[in-house]
Amino acid sequence: MMEISIDKRIKTYKGSSRLIVKTNIEPLSVTKVFGPSGVGKTTFLKILAGLISPENGMIKMGDELWLDTGQRICRSPQQRKVGFVFQDYALFPNMTVMDHLLYATPDKPLIERLLEIGKMETFIKHRPNHLSGGQQQRLAILRALATAPKVLLMDEAFSALDDDLRESLIEDIKILLKEFGTTTFIVSHHLQETVSFTGSSLKIELD
Amino acid sequence: MEWTPIWLSLKLAGITTVILLVIGIPVAYWLSGRSSIPRVIIEALLTMPLVLPPSVLGFYLLLTFSPNSALGAWLLHYFNVSLVFSFPGLVVASVIYSLPFMVSPVKSALLHLPASLAQASYTMGKSRTETFFRVLLPNIKSSLYTAAVLTFAHTLGEFGVVLMIGGKLEGITKVASIAVYDAVDNNQFMEANQYSMVLFAITFIIVILVFIFNRNAAKGPLE
Repeated sequence: MMEISIDKRIKTYKGSSRLIVKTNIEPLSVTKVFGPSGVGKTTFLKILAGLISPENGMIKMGDELWLDTGQRICRSPQQRKVGFVFQDYALFPNMTVMDHLLYATPDKPLIERLLEIGKMETFIKHRPNHLSGGQQQRLAILRALATAPKVLLMDEAFSALDDDLRESLIEDIKILLKEFGTTTFIVSHHLQETVSFTGSSLKIELD
Repeated sequence: MEWTPIWLSLKLAGITTVILLVIGIPVAYWLSGRSSIPRVIIEALLTMPLVLPPSVLGFYLLLTFSPNSALGAWLLHYFNVSLVFSFPGLVVASVIYSLPFMVSPVKSALLHLPASLAQASYTMGKSRTETFFRVLLPNIKSSLYTAAVLTFAHTLGEFGVVLMIGGKLEGITKVASIAVYDAVDNNQFMEANQYSMVLFAITFIIVILVFIFNRNAAKGPLE
């Protein structure tokens, strides 16, 4: 079970509001995170990853305490090692497709499998500036999966993919997530994009 | 025309640039972090050489490194080193004087990188140091070249600071810019012209290199 209790003050166009999330997440589940633009969905994912700290909160992943502001415990992103697909992909311009995956894992068989899943085998020597938007997005997804994360956070991860490619990619991702035992959070503005994932929904609202 | 002042200038600029690459990059990385009062104060101090008259900076460095000062006396007593009127003194003064030319472009380049690059690396378990050397630094390469070239050029053109701390000792502290001044002072206009032409040629090539690097740097990392 993943226990989440977060209270974070965030700036909005109206001034400041509080992002409050309290929920328990089943292990290996897929949670679709939704809510209006600017409500703090990305902030929520970054808090889970340890990239942003809330004023108050507690995050427990199984037996591991990731965050407890009361006890001043806050595990670093390096210790949490979640997989994160960033909305802007966050690809490294100096690295080729293969370099990206090797940076994430030394596991060559897994890399080959990921390249096949993402249909990126012929682009291994390409840098991000020589990839299309869809290819860049696929690489961002593959890189996040390469660490075989226990928690995968996907921020608008399928927005640049065409329907057929997205569906086949999602089917393959679902197999990997089951193998890795990954608990997944998906932020998407378009419910259609993630309809192939079965799971619960989490609405993010500002207080 | 004596080539020693030109050689001294190139040596001084080269050593200063290498030292500033080692010192300036970590300083720029630290300054690119979240704004805080200590950071603002340190950055303001590091920027002072840009706005302060070089003679003022040179004057204070002369006082600081003089054997009559506490630091100067300490250096002389424990290390038998006197920084005034010596080449090592010129190097120290040049490092201080040219520091903003290295730090500013590197800091600016680091700030322009999307924060998500470092964040993505952290989520893969990579330390700040590994992230810096394998992700951040390689993606500001053209800014690093520009900073190094600007630092080199700026050091080459130093006059006030160098004159104050080093004087014009033949073969030791008489760099090209001082040789020009000295030649004019002695009515040796031909010699002054020769030194000036060489300095002009070197700095012109350097400025062209800066433009080439800047043209590449102007593109976004994913363009």
